[in-house]
Amino acid sequence: MTIEGTKRWSHALITAWTVVIVLFIYMPAFCGLLASLTSSRYFNFPITKWGLVWWGKTFASLEVRALLSTSITIALIVTAISVVLAFFAALAFARYEWRGRSIFQKIVLLPIFFPQSVLGLALLLWFNALGIETSWKTAVFAHLVWVVPVATLVISIQVYSFDPALEEAAFDLGASRWQVLKEVTLPVLWPGLFSGALFSFLLSWGNFPLSLFTDGADTTVPEYMYAKMVAGYTPGVPVLGTVSTVGAAVLLLGGYAFILLVRRARAEDGPTG
Amino acid sequence: MMAELVDDTHRTGSPPGGTGAGLGRWISAAGRRHSLPILLLLLLGFVAPLLTIVGFSFMPPRTFSIWQWPTFENYRVIFAETYYTSFLWSLGMAVVTVAILIVICYPVAYGLAKTFGRWANLVTLLMVLPLFVSENVRLYGWVLFFIKGGVLLGAIKSLFGVELESVLFQPGTIIFGMVYVYLPFMLFPMTLGVSMVPRDLVDAANDLGASRLQIFREVELPLAMPGLVIGSLLTFVLAVGAIAEAKVLGGQSVIPVTHDIEIAFTYAQNWPLGAGISVMLILIVGALVLAVLRRFDLDRILGRR
Repeated sequence: MTIEGTKRWSHALITAWTVVIVLFIYMPAFCGLLASLTSSRYFNFPITKWGLVWWGKTFASLEVRALLSTSITIALIVTAISVVLAFFAALAFARYEWRGRSIFQKIVLLPIFFPQSVLGLALLLWFNALGIETSWKTAVFAHLVWVVPVATLVISIQVYSFDPALEEAAFDLGASRWQVLKEVTLPVLWPGLFSGALFSFLLSWGNFPLSLFTDGADTTVPEYMYAKMVAGYTPGVPVLGTVSTVGAAVLLLGGYAFILLVRRARAEDGPTG
Repeated sequence: MMAELVDDTHRTGSPPGGTGAGLGRWISAAGRRHSLPILLLLLLGFVAPLLTIVGFSFMPPRTFSIWQWPTFENYRVIFAETYYTSFLWSLGMAVVTVAILIVICYPVAYGLAKTFGRWANLVTLLMVLPLFVSENVRLYGWVLFFIKGGVLLGAIKSLFGVELESVLFQPGTIIFGMVYVYLPFMLFPMTLGVSMVPRDLVDAANDLGASRLQIFREVELPLAMPGLVIGSLLTFVLAVGAIAEAKVLGGQSVIPVTHDIEIAFTYAQNWPLGAGISVMLILIVGALVLAVLRRFDLDRILGRR
């Protein structure tokens, strides 16, 4: 067999294996979707009675509406704070040469390389020692400890490809710090900031271990689903699971398409972007 | 003259002057200044909580305040009783998970870095997506798949008429769940690693008559190693801290150490004991992470030009 032939074969094998892995990744979501579409109280495959009964019941429930609003509120506040903090952190991480940077980079990574359930507990003890009562507000703080480092990494990857000479040239031309930020830095880095915001929102929305320990009497969607899984089945769980998956897909694919569209529009405008 | 005496934050109040040295100093101070917000967050939200948990581990058993006379009682209990079995289960299952992930992720990482071309973005997106759905929901999807009357067994029954036993609630299924949940955490660092292997080098080795296996062992693997090690470390740490897999898929057939911690904090109402077990876990994981991270230059891995 020729070298080219071997290469083609191995590429085909790699592609086939990747397809298998993607199917593997989406299998549970598919099972959840199936389970949400049955009209009977318990899930039995093959499904005999199809229907959207449980979708209606789930969304009519006031409890579920309260959960959704708690989860969304937490995720939105986390996103807003996280993007700002992570933006500065990413500049320190990837843009500026400074003494202590390499230690800083490792410190930022530590919370990511840390078991989240233990972090949640540690935060709970800390709030307790301070005499702070846990609620969704403390959960926002807990999420930030984990989400900001991830967002910093995401934004840093964009910052690495940013040419510092652009900023320096603007300074030399007499622009103020604020002007440089608004006219040079932000326009170049916005795709990274946008991805950072998406990551922050989705990671907060899907987080379970931190919320479990730090939100006190408030409940988020993942916690509710977990409680229902452990304490007896209800088809509301697959419904909410499917909503989470599809919602994340729409946000992520929509966000990705948005970045591509803006880039294309800018490229057509000329080389300014 | 005055400028030398004023502290850094003050000196950087104005944009850099024209001189090269001034610019260098400005950049250095700017780095420090920009690092402050996140360091403050981590001080209040990471360092302080960890110190609290260490403090609690020295409190007398079954107490709920940190301002008491310290004792080693909790650590004595941890070493005297059978907690080491949970530690061994957790560490063992994490090692197996990492080993399986290395094997199944490598071809995909190779494809993403080298052969998929413009499809790589789409595949990446497809792999990222599940990370945003909480892991217990995804694991529950596997319960629906494996359970009696679920997608797998139901399909086998209606196609072949055979009724099989469910594989749920066994240690193997827990590992299956961990492999599933942590796959992206291995895949992405690994992809970064593999993309650091220059194609010319592989071609050169090929021209010099190296076999495919030799190229893999002598060229690709050593160069891709940083990504591979980071991925292994990340998945190992996450797998040791995993809690949902054993509960949702394992049906308590195995008690991982995280479960011991949770029991101490909830049913047993023994915070200091739970804190003690947590500290042991943190020490094991922390030593490993620091030992490995020390060897790596993050700029190189994350792609600074």
